[in-house]
Amino acid sequence: MTHPLDPLQDGVPDGPDGLSGLDGHDARFQAEVPVRRERRSPENPERLYILTGDDSERAPLDLVTLIVANGDPSPTAQPEQSAVLRLSRTPLSVAELSAYMALPVSVVTVVLTDLLAADLVQARAPVVRSALPDRSLLEAVMHGLQKL
Amino acid sequence: MDFKSSDTLTSGAITGPREQDVLPATAAAAVKVVIVGGFGVGKTTMVGSVSEIRPLTTEETMTQAGIGVDDNYGSETKTATTVAMDFGRISVSEELVLYLFGTPGQERFWFLWNGLFEGALGAVVLIDTRRLEVSFDVIGRLEERGVPFIIAVNDFPDAPRHPLDALRTALDLDQHVPIVHCDARQRVSSKDTLMTLMRYLHALAVARA
Ligand SMILES: Nc1nc2c(ncn2[C@@H]2O[C@H](COP(=O)(O)OP(=O)(O)O)[C@@H](O)[C@H]2O)c(=O)[nH]1
Ligand SMILES: [Mg+2]
Repeated sequence: MTHPLDPLQDGVPDGPDGLSGLDGHDARFQAEVPVRRERRSPENPERLYILTGDDSERAPLDLVTLIVANGDPSPTAQPEQSAVLRLSRTPLSVAELSAYMALPVSVVTVVLTDLLAADLVQARAPVVRSALPDRSLLEAVMHGLQKL
Repeated sequence: MDFKSSDTLTSGAITGPREQDVLPATAAAAVKVVIVGGFGVGKTTMVGSVSEIRPLTTEETMTQAGIGVDDNYGSETKTATTVAMDFGRISVSEELVLYLFGTPGQERFWFLWNGLFEGALGAVVLIDTRRLEVSFDVIGRLEERGVPFIIAVNDFPDAPRHPLDALRTALDLDQHVPIVHCDARQRVSSKDTLMTLMRYLHALAVARA
């Protein structure tokens, strides 16, 4: 495996003239890039927040937390709760639940918070970047991608 | 996307995953990668080309609170905005699932979507050399938040081709940020792009250790 911190590993192998994958006769070749990015100035605080309730009322669920039902919905369960329990008989991410139920993630999260409190579903936490120095996880992803 | 009424939810009208889209019961954890870039650079195309499921759309509702300018009393006004996101999925093993989020619309919303970037392993910034500047803002935001990213040049037929070092200078990228070419329509090319990101993240993890 090439060492990705080596700048020479830039994707497509360089052509003989040091251009990326070019043979030097490409009509599209342009040595100069006409624009240049300026580093951003510190951003203004944007006064936006997510609609439903305050965060302390919701379980800390990620978009890719996997939800699995512990059992079937009871006949008296709320429709949203029953829908979640039916959909998550096999593991399903919060994002997929939101997509299939056509409900915003924050609304699904509220439903899940109640279901978790009642022990009707389990949540399988995602592996997030802050917890990352785990190289074996990245190796597992690479191995999986290679098989595609 | 319309809100489903409780009626729809009760009547069982919700279609869940197709048979072939069901995850095995052994799926124990998931990771996510975000694909960003300006409008029309190929984000949805890339998600669709590598995803094992038909891409889905999730949404979040945000409110903007501001002092009403037209309001003599200076009271708070709120404007609700729905932000939608396409995503796909790749099962990398029986236990581990990779989700790919392709972020449409205005980038300032992406970073306010709780947890979208914080937990992501990293990001792919898709660029179109005909309009490089549409990706400047998002690159800055990724840098500010310390989200590792690679650049993937989506090669449109009439887009200019620049030497990589000229692109690196124009984008003001650190030396170690990988730049690759891709064709977002091709599964293999999208897969290679994700591999480049994973190798880069791996190298960062090794360097940190
Ligand atoms: N030639 C070419 N066309 C592409 C490529 N990727 C995307 N497109 C086309 O560009 C258009 C915009 O792509 P889309 O994925 O919707 O962009 P998004 O707005 O970033 O999600 C679509 O018509 C795609 O078919 C590519 O790699 N090469
Ligand atoms: Mg799109």
